[in-house]
Amino acid sequence: MSLTNKDKDIVKAFWAKIGGKADEIGADALGRMLMVYPQSKTYFAHWKDLSPGSAPVKKHGKTVMAGVGTAVAKIDDLAGGLLTLSELHAFTLRVDPANFKSLAHCFLVVLAITYPKDFTPEVHMAVDKFLAALARALSEKYR
Amino acid sequence: MVEWTDFERATIQDIFSKINYEVVGPAALSRCLVVYPWTQRYFGNFGNLYNAAAIASNPLVAKHGTTILHGLDRALKNMDNIKETYSELSVLHSEKLHVDPDNFKLLSDCLTIVLAAQMGKDFTADVQGAFQKFLSVVVSALGRQYH
Repeated sequence: MSLTNKDKDIVKAFWAKIGGKADEIGADALGRMLMVYPQSKTYFAHWKDLSPGSAPVKKHGKTVMAGVGTAVAKIDDLAGGLLTLSELHAFTLRVDPANFKSLAHCFLVVLAITYPKDFTPEVHMAVDKFLAALARALSEKYR
Repeated sequence: MVEWTDFERATIQDIFSKINYEVVGPAALSRCLVVYPWTQRYFGNFGNLYNAAAIASNPLVAKHGTTILHGLDRALKNMDNIKETYSELSVLHSEKLHVDPDNFKLLSDCLTIVLAAQMGKDFTADVQGAFQKFLSVVVSALGRQYH
């Protein structure tokens, strides 16, 4: 299920539309994931506060979205473009890849809430495919 | 048996009391058919599913979307016995319809997203958690009689 040129165009356009809201969206998605998929909390036991809107969640949402931004910029070569991040996730963070799906879903939910008219089924599909490709690239180095 | 908090019970009842079945059901099913096109395999006799526009305006899809959403009413009315409540429907989906149960999750995800778009800011993390828990219990019950 590789990204078609149409998918890439849709993703790039939607990312441009998101613009400065990226950090807010990232924080919201992360906060939701921690609440809706409690297993994801196991990776953040070192945080004081895991509730939606808390400082660590906001900060980390920003970090994650920076990674998504990189992926959008390198959409034509995700494996290559995300090599460093892949190594980080594989050797240091060792996040079980199932959690990428959980975060992706929460990201889609936030997009639906923020852009109810623009997040059409076609946009949904393109973004879903992109997030899946991103997750794959992120797990490249796992084994 | 599934444990429901008061918040979860109240949230689920509240959501369904306000939902427009004829809008949300069709939107969820058509979104599923577009986002996960392989799910179209179950709807060979629905006519034109050629593209997103065709799916969105297909009356059979709309009708079936509404039917599916009303199927959740049983869970709503029997929250403490969802497993037994869906026993027959599970057999139906397995033995007559031959639906891969993984598809239930795909439809659930689309329904969640459609509801999120409808409810906007009211679809908080807590509400999302309650709704997804409800759907996952139904999905589990629907898959139970497969063998």
